Amino acid sequence: MASAASATRSRAPSGPVKFLRSSIGAKSVMALTGLILTAFVFGHMVGNLQIFLGPEPINRYGHFLQSLGELLWLIRFVLLATLIVHIASAARLIVLNRRARPIAYVLDDSVQVTFAARTMPWTGMILLAFVVYHLAHFTLGTVQPELFSHHDELGRHDIYAMVVLGFQDWFVTAWYVVANALLALHLSHGVSSLFQSLGVTTPSLRWPLVDLAGPAVGTAVLIGNLAIPLASWLGLLELPYGAM
Amino acid sequence: MNLTLQMWRQRNLSDEGGMVQYEISDVSPEMSFLEMLDILNESLIARGQEPVAFDDDCREGICGMCSLVINGIPHGPDSGTTVCQLHMRRFQDGDTIYIEPWRSRAFPVLRDLIVDRNAFDRIIQAGGYISVNTGGTPDANAIPVAKSEADLSMDAASCIGCGACVAACPNASAMLFVGAKVSQFRHLPQGHTERARRATRMVEQMDAEGFGNCTNHYECMAVCPKEIDVRVIAELNQEFLRTELTGSE
Repeated sequence: MASAASATRSRAPSGPVKFLRSSIGAKSVMALTGLILTAFVFGHMVGNLQIFLGPEPINRYGHFLQSLGELLWLIRFVLLATLIVHIASAARLIVLNRRARPIAYVLDDSVQVTFAARTMPWTGMILLAFVVYHLAHFTLGTVQPELFSHHDELGRHDIYAMVVLGFQDWFVTAWYVVANALLALHLSHGVSSLFQSLGVTTPSLRWPLVDLAGPAVGTAVLIGNLAIPLASWLGLLELPYGAM
Repeated sequence: MNLTLQMWRQRNLSDEGGMVQYEISDVSPEMSFLEMLDILNESLIARGQEPVAFDDDCREGICGMCSLVINGIPHGPDSGTTVCQLHMRRFQDGDTIYIEPWRSRAFPVLRDLIVDRNAFDRIIQAGGYISVNTGGTPDANAIPVAKSEADLSMDAASCIGCGACVAACPNASAMLFVGAKVSQFRHLPQGHTERARRATRMVEQMDAEGFGNCTNHYECMAVCPKEIDVRVIAELNQEFLRTELTGSE
């Protein structure tokens, strides 16, 4: 039966849809969108670390980004589209993978599955909630509207004041700590994994280079991103307006 | 030693099935795991009960028939071995051992601990072959093959198709199996004729059978009785992407 089926099987026309639906095509999409999002996370972190140089550089940087105009919207659109494809593809794969084992083991054990790898869907969903919160916080200004209206002497949006004063709230700071810990966990599996999904790993590349790339990127992003809220909260960054 | 066994019993494909507890006594540590099950079955037959059905054949770790998940790990606690090479000395008096079949939508349970692994055969039929003209025996070594390439091919070819990779994968993915079958041909000149279409066709069939997708846990490599490296999955990804993106079929 099987041989007859495969002998008479006609080849469906190949196309982008068919490619994206195949398991390896879908995985390569996860890898490529993940790579773009990781690059953004890294660039975002490096840009924001300018806050340690004082109010002038970070406010100038913010003003520069705002002055990009249509280019800024293009970047935002690409990032949003990338995020949507990453999430939609992940959701589909999760459903397929759940369906692939309809009856669970009564006693399930594993030898080498990591916590980070197993929790990718959960860390991903919480990170999505954080992205929405983070945009509402520092881009739309709806979380702490009283801090969003400050302007510096040059009339630019006072990002330094908004950030340093914003993180005086322990709840806000705690939420950023939790979210960045989950981001580090997500990256620690994701970054190592994308090389394998794109088929560029070999045993000698895998250990130590690729296997350590994820935890290394995750740790770097964790330290860089958390430096800002923690330094603000601990009073290591000078309070603007001598306030509060 | 005396043991408690929690075993999956299922009459047939449509039966719901469930775990059944058995007590077994006077098990020798020198017995293999399957010999222990033989003793259990003899005692069940003597009591007029239906023996537990499980797959086995060579009992020397090369045929790929035995397929038990023991305490949550396919092929049991020893790495690099099949169930038939597992011995009772790995367990202690009074232990409770959970014995379950491979769990995957693509491997339906036929009876008790026996699953239908024909999905693997259909994947092979889809592209896991080479075309060879019949005729006189060719001279040995007429086609030069580099030692390093031959080694990569032979390492992949050590796959016995048992399906432990699928059973262990949190997503019930067959990528290690398919990767091994693609890799064994990829490194040899004889495999190049069908190279462009092989990965695409095998992956299509793999998806159609209902296996899950690889999320790079590498649990498959950890339980593989032949210790096949996940580099074969990277190679499969590479072969598939190369064909799909260059449109060479």
